[in-house]
Amino acid sequence: MTWAKQDYDDIPGTYVFDGKRANPAYALNKLLYSFNEERNRAEFDADPAAYCDKLGVEGQYKTAVVEQNFLEMLRLGANIYFMAKMAIPRGTSVQDAGAQFQGITTEEFQQKLLAHGADLPDRIKLKGDYWNG
Amino acid sequence: MAKILGGITSSHIPAVGNAITQNLTQEPYWKRFFDGYEPAKAWLNEVKPDVVIVVYNDHGLNFFLDKMPTFALGCADIYENADEGWGLKPVAPFTGHAPLSWHIADSLVAQEFDICTCQEMKVDHGFVNPIRALFGDHEDWPVQAIPLAVNTVQHPVPSAARCLKLGEALGKAIESYPGDLNVVILGTGGMSHQLQGERAGLIDVEFDLECMDKIATDPQWMTQFSNADIMRRAGTEGIETIMWLVMRGALKAAPKVVHKHYHAPISNTGAGVLVLDNQ
Repeated sequence: MTWAKQDYDDIPGTYVFDGKRANPAYALNKLLYSFNEERNRAEFDADPAAYCDKLGVEGQYKTAVVEQNFLEMLRLGANIYFMAKMAIPRGTSVQDAGAQFQGITTEEFQQKLLAHGADLPDRIKLKGDYWNG
Repeated sequence: MAKILGGITSSHIPAVGNAITQNLTQEPYWKRFFDGYEPAKAWLNEVKPDVVIVVYNDHGLNFFLDKMPTFALGCADIYENADEGWGLKPVAPFTGHAPLSWHIADSLVAQEFDICTCQEMKVDHGFVNPIRALFGDHEDWPVQAIPLAVNTVQHPVPSAARCLKLGEALGKAIESYPGDLNVVILGTGGMSHQLQGERAGLIDVEFDLECMDKIATDPQWMTQFSNADIMRRAGTEGIETIMWLVMRGALKAAPKVVHKHYHAPISNTGAGVLVLDNQ
């Protein structure tokens, strides 16, 4: 199968959610979407493997779901917003997932985020026209 | 005739809703972010819109990937919030304005924007959180609301240029509505952030500040960028900022900048509040 090349394919460390991911991971994302409903979450929790079978999630996709391997799910084409529906209630925030992707701790990931805002009020004061508290 | 009083931009991240629910808005982590909304709230209190049109993206509540409209307009009397998978209690339903919605749909299609019309549309945090941040929590919301969803989830996603043109058409649509209504448009989402991949955690403050300046004064500047350009600079989820251009396109060439606020990081993102007065 030949997927047309996209101008965003070469952005490092980035998996743009487009047809080449949405197509093979359709059943996986449909399973994740089903978690909007409480009764589906309960059914999954009672027997994850059986729930995968019921929704046609097979092979490496099923393994990743049953093992709650969120990084693998992302690599296989889970959309980040749909994956959050499974990850967050199970104690993995999107920050935890982001940290795992880089092989660092969540605390280190949060520190990196905070560093982006270092001296922000002072930097913004220089611009002049921003509200600054 | 309906009047566009102005436009406001706002982040719509889930953490904002959680902070409001848990009463954390004056905690050190959140204080500067939420204080930046006070001038926007004061402006809204002064101009008192009848209707807000909320430009946002659905994150897998109303739309699954089976059918993904590029632009979808709520054309209903009521919009319900619902569980997005996290078990949170939904907020009170929002009252829409069906005659205005259908007029906008008529006008947009006549202007060659073939949008999807929705008579049932669940609204998720992308729609709800900007309203909560700007109006506070209510059992009976003080403003009617119309959702305008833009696909920023599954590529292909519309370009910044296309969003600006949609905004221009939206402005014409609203201003040709025969009823007396005061409308404010909320452009939500953004700014720079990436949730997925090894590049997760990216925030580009300089790009965000430049976007805020230019969207206020020279929105055409943003149309030089392809979506790949924007994602390279502002992250895959930072592409949401294109939705601000829908709001901006509906306003006149030089609206008055009433308020400009930027904060980073909040959760994983850079967050900007612009209040543009169109009168």
